[in-house]
Order: sequence, then C-alpha cells, then structure tokens
Amino acid sequence: MRVLSGFRRSHTQGRISGTLILGVSILLVIVLCSVIGPFFVNPHNAHVGAVQPRRPPSAQFLLGTDSQGRDMLTLLIYGTPNTMKMGLIAGFIGVGLGLFFGLLAGSFGGIVDAMIRILADALLTLPAIAILVIIAGNVGHMTTNIMALVVASLSWMFTTRTIRAQVLTIRERSYVEVARVNGESAFEILFKEITPNLLPFIVASFVGTVGSAILAVIGLEALGLGALEETTLGNTIYWSQQSAAVLRGYWWWWGPPIVVIALIFLGLFLTSIGFDRFANPKLIRRT
Amino acid sequence: MSRELAGYLLGRFGQLLLIVFIAVSVNFLIPRLLPGDPVQTAIAKLQASGAQQSVDVQTVMNSYRAKYGLDQPMIVQYLNYWRDLFRLDLGVSFANFPETVTTKLANALPWSIGLLAVATLIAFTVGSILGALLGWPGTGRGIRALVPGLMILTSIPFYLLAIILIYLFAVIWKILPPAGGMDTTRIARLDWGTVLDVLRHALLPLLAIVLGNVGFWALGMRSQMVSVLGEDYITFAEAKGLSPWRVFFWYGIRNALLSQVTALALAMGSVMSGAVLVEVIFNYPGLGSLLYVAIRGQDYFVIQGVVLMLIVALAVLLFIVDLIYPLLDPRIRR
Repeated sequence: MRVLSGFRRSHTQGRISGTLILGVSILLVIVLCSVIGPFFVNPHNAHVGAVQPRRPPSAQFLLGTDSQGRDMLTLLIYGTPNTMKMGLIAGFIGVGLGLFFGLLAGSFGGIVDAMIRILADALLTLPAIAILVIIAGNVGHMTTNIMALVVASLSWMFTTRTIRAQVLTIRERSYVEVARVNGESAFEILFKEITPNLLPFIVASFVGTVGSAILAVIGLEALGLGALEETTLGNTIYWSQQSAAVLRGYWWWWGPPIVVIALIFLGLFLTSIGFDRFANPKLIRRT
Repeated sequence: MSRELAGYLLGRFGQLLLIVFIAVSVNFLIPRLLPGDPVQTAIAKLQASGAQQSVDVQTVMNSYRAKYGLDQPMIVQYLNYWRDLFRLDLGVSFANFPETVTTKLANALPWSIGLLAVATLIAFTVGSILGALLGWPGTGRGIRALVPGLMILTSIPFYLLAIILIYLFAVIWKILPPAGGMDTTRIARLDWGTVLDVLRHALLPLLAIVLGNVGFWALGMRSQMVSVLGEDYITFAEAKGLSPWRVFFWYGIRNALLSQVTALALAMGSVMSGAVLVEVIFNYPGLGSLLYVAIRGQDYFVIQGVVLMLIVALAVLLFIVDLIYPLLDPRIRR
C-alpha cells in the first residue's frame, strides 16, 4: 500500500509522466507476450521445414511462414526473449563495469582517472561495429550468451563517464564534507554517502546501455555474425535478407520483426525520457 | 593564432593519433589473443564453408607465415605490422587473389564517404533547424505535431528503415532502384548520365540515413534551445529591443549549435555503424558491402582492412569537426 500511495503522490506531483508510463507499458507488454506466448504456439514450428513455406498471413498461420517453412508467429515469440536477453545481459555487465571504472576514476583521480577517461573517450568515438566485427568474427562457435559478452565489452564507456562526473560533483557536496569531518573513512564515504546518490544515474545508464546493446546485437546479426542456430529477431531479418524477401514481396517475413524491434526501442527511449523527469524533478518546471 | 588555439588543435591532433593507435593495436591484438592461430582459423572456416576461392590458400598461408614471422616474438610481429601499414600493404584478398586489400579499399572508400558525409550534413542541418523551431515559443502547432513522429523515427535503427523504404519505393511503386551504386550495364565515365544514375541509386540509402538521424538532431537541438532561451543574455537581447528573428538566429541558434557540434563528434561512430549496415541492405558498393562480402567469404585480410579503414576515416572526420568548432565558438579562439 505504501508503494501505491507513493506512486499516487509522485503522479500528482508530475514526476511520473505519461511518457514514463507509456514506455514502461510497451516494455511490459513485450515481456508479457514472451512469457505467455509459448503456451499458444508449438515450438516445433520454429524449425526449418515444419510448415508449408511462403504462406501469407492466414487463419492457420497468423503471421505467415518464411521460405524455409517456419511459422513467423512462433519465430517471433521465441526470438523476442532471446534478443531481449542479450540486451539485458550486456546491459548488466556493461553498467557493472562502467560503475566500477567510474567509481575508480572519480574517487582515485590522478593517473588512474586520466587513463580510464582517455580510454573511455577514445572507445566512445569509434564505430562500435568495426571492433565488434573483429571480435565476433574470431569466435569459433557463436551462441547468444557469447554474443551478449562480445557486445558488453564495448558497453561500459558511457556509464563510466556519467558515474565519474557524478562522483566528482557529489564529492564536493556539504554532506560528504560533514561525513569526512565525522571521521568516516574514504571507503565508507564512497559506499555510504556517494553510491546511494548515484542510483538514478545507474538506472538511466542501464536503460541506455540495454538499448545500444540490442542495437549492436541486431547489427552484428544482420551481418551474419550472430548465433545463427538460435532464434532471434536479428537472425530472422538476416534470413529474410538472404532470401531477398523484400524484393520478392514477402512483407510478413521482415515486417513483424521490424515492428517488434521498433517497439522495444521506442519503449526504452520513452522510459529513459520519462525517467529523466522522475529522477530530476527540476525538469518539470522548465518545460 | 593564439597559444590557446594552438594548444587546442594539438590536443585534438593527439586524440586523432591515439584513436588510430588503438585501432591498429586492437586490429593486431584481438585475433592473436583469442585461442588458435588467426590465419589457421580463417582458413579452416574458409574451407569448411566451401566458399569460392581463386587461390591455393596454403601458398598464401606459407608466404604469410614467412613474411610476418608468426614464430617471432609478439613485439617483432607488432612492429612489422606497423611497417607494412606505412607501406600501405594490408595483405591480399583470399577471394579475389591477387587483388590487394588496398585496391579494394580505395575502390570502396569514395562511395562510403560520399554517402555518409552528404547524409550526415543533410540530417544535421535539417534536424537542427527543425529542433530550433521546436524549442522556440513562437512556433506554430503544425511543426510541434512532428515530435511524436520524430521520436518513432529515432527509435527505429535506420538499416531497418532502409528495408521499409526499399519495399515502398522499389517494390510497390517501382520508382527507384532497390540496390547497387549504379546500373550494372553502365561504364563509369564523367558525364551527366553517370552522375544522374549515381544520384538516383544514392537517393534511397541517403533517405534512410537522413530519416533515421534527423530526429536525433531535432530532439537534441530542441532541448538545447530551451535551455539557451532561459539564459540572461537572451532576456537582455529582448530588452534591448532586438527583433525576434535576430534573437532567434544570432543569440539562440548560434549558442545552441555549439553542443550540437559536440554531440556530432560523439554520434559519428554510431552513425557510421548504421551507415555500414544501410550499405549492406542496399548492396551499395562502399566499405559496408565490402565488409559483408568479406565476412561471408571469410576473407580475413579484407575484414581487417575495412575495420581499420572505418576507424581511421572516422578519426579524420572527427578531427575535421574539431577544426570547425573554433570557428563557431570564438571563446576557444581567444
């Protein structure tokens, strides 16, 4: 009940905006479809040759079938959670690494700070796909989990920058000064005074990192570097490209995965805008 | 040129060198850090895939071993790698032996640079003007109604937008070609026919990148404009009785544009990643398609070459953006 009343108060104060509700709802609907979807379809239909190939959407195949004889609806229901999973794993690892490096750079300063900052800035400016291609291309047997790790290796820089900048400003606040005078050790100050105040930035970085990780995963999959034996949204698009589905007019093959991908990104995008306003109520007065 | 400006330019040039250094080192190290011999792995994959190859890979491999001395210490290999780079020697293509990687890159580079530069310029200009209008209190409702559309466009990866565009313009309406850089039957000459043909083929890829990016610039510019308009110097300019248009262009846009240019430096990497994939979707004869074909055919040196080229091209583009920055912001010049 306390959570509910807290929610109502935040809502009337304008902290929980329509944007945040819409964004989170879109993501929840996608997650819900991935959870209950498998009860309504036969997983066998996601295999090559399970159903008649090249059927347009009909009562029997709601979203049609591809030219290898796979049911599109089944592919979508099993592919979406795989794609989301890769984004979430990469997001957790990326934000974890970013938090670690950011705290390290922000609290130690000096040469450690300089090295982390220069490396993060340089890697941020590179086209991620170029480095990921080299890594992914040298992996012997690709799976969705390895894919998540590959993408995570380049997902930490943005969080590092955000956290570092925040640590630097929070360190100068008066309550940290009070804690220091009270005799708290540097370690205590870092984890009891600074880290709790980083929470909004960690959540915001997480939403952003998941988004860019999914973008990178789908990009690598479109190049044919994905885990081709597994069902994901990016692989579905890769196969449709391989069969020239666009030119042959099979819109039901590439259309639905594009719509789901767009919805995932829209959900993440709206959530991050809405969360900005939630975490930083000053924005409400300005706009 | 003042000392500060010289220091700024020197620092930016240092960053350019650092990026190139990291790129070369990553390109060298990653295949060697992963288990197994990189060339051995590449050739095993090549043979397993049964991809078409016009060369006895064993010969290439032996000459490669002799040349790079894979039995020598890592540091010697690394120095040799740099030496060959300075000689523009990036190895040969397995798939089109004896064509060198350098020739392949030289053929693809103009297409990519042209597409990326023009698309980014259009998206940046249109997006920034649109965003400035959106952040201006006097703008009508008609333009404001664009915001949700811009948000949706921003959230779709633009190579997926490319698929939709091909379907609409090339499959349903059949008014633009679905793929390629120019007609396959055309012999490239510098005449109007060729130029028009190239433009006709570039239109859809260009549209995909512009549509996918314009929202990002518009939304960024809007929030910058809102915060700039809250500054004291805007109130002062209005109080002086300057015309709204002068305040809008000379005081508003000019200041809001500064962080847009900073954002340009940070966003170029992801724009380039997206453009590579747009090229793949359109089979456009640039670096992206070269990379795709090389990945499909396990053409090891070509993959490495394209990756290096992408990173160096980006670093140079960033350096150019950094050179423009002092022109926009007189505070750096002083």
